[in-house]
Amino acid sequence: MRVRVDIVRRPGIADPEGATVRRALREMGFDTVTDVHFGRTIFVDVDEGDAGKAEALVQEMCERLLANPVIEDFTVSALHEAGEEAAP
Amino acid sequence: MSVAVVVFPGTNCEHDVVRALDVIGTDAELVWHRDTDLSGADGVVLPGGFAHGDYLRTGAIARFSPVMVEVNRLAGEGRPLLGICNGFQILCEAGLLPGALIANRDLRFICRWTHVRVEDAFTVLTRAAEEGDVLRLPLNSYEGNYVPDPEGAAGQVAFRYCGPGGEIGEAHNPNGSHDAIAGIVNEAGNVGGVMPHPERAVEDVLGSTDGRLVLESFVASLELVHG
Repeated sequence: MRVRVDIVRRPGIADPEGATVRRALREMGFDTVTDVHFGRTIFVDVDEGDAGKAEALVQEMCERLLANPVIEDFTVSALHEAGEEAAP
Repeated sequence: MSVAVVVFPGTNCEHDVVRALDVIGTDAELVWHRDTDLSGADGVVLPGGFAHGDYLRTGAIARFSPVMVEVNRLAGEGRPLLGICNGFQILCEAGLLPGALIANRDLRFICRWTHVRVEDAFTVLTRAAEEGDVLRLPLNSYEGNYVPDPEGAAGQVAFRYCGPGGEIGEAHNPNGSHDAIAGIVNEAGNVGGVMPHPERAVEDVLGSTDGRLVLESFVASLELVHG
């Protein structure tokens, strides 16, 4: 089972890449852009067939290593083979 | 007294730390991150550098090195533990100090002299100094910007960035650190992290000997626990 992790900076933590790209987009003429935030995506392949169990495992991985809760928030979702989100 | 100076893959300041401790008359030994025997160590230093290439997040992988089991145990026993720069980052990731270090406010790698003021003279970082002392130390980091725990966990502030006369303010904060924090300790006061490099300011030829006060504080803490 492939599990996708998305990690973003917590609100209030500086996101200079986001600020820079927001500025660039607005200067390009996309003046309705109000904000841009960068995050990171990590794919973890787990030898576990049940989506719920796989997500719970990766959730623990996030809490213990993949994300730093002082500065980051994260979401975890198991993927089908076809790359779609698994049904809850 | 003997100090263990831990070397992770990517650490690059360990020899400077050993030399600096030697300059102030203290024995030190390099310990590879896979060693688990710190039985001869009265205290531990985590030096600067780029442990594990700063992969994932700076300091994030180093806390899982085998040596850290012993380091955690010694810290829990009240032994002095000093993290310098990358070492400070590792201590935060390991949960031995609160908060985290992120990219400098202006997104520049800062390599220059800074001044720090002693805020609390009763810690592993400062007991050889006095409150209000101003130290001139070199700063050499990209992720030196201190962010506190969201719950506001109490870490005692040991050093704040300041002007040459001890002035605190945004103009004297090189990297945007919260509350101009340049060094903090845990509640027990035995674990300390400092962003600038005291080991690079121990001999006149280096441009400052103010770093001796930090290392002497650490050594004085060894003697407190040992004695």
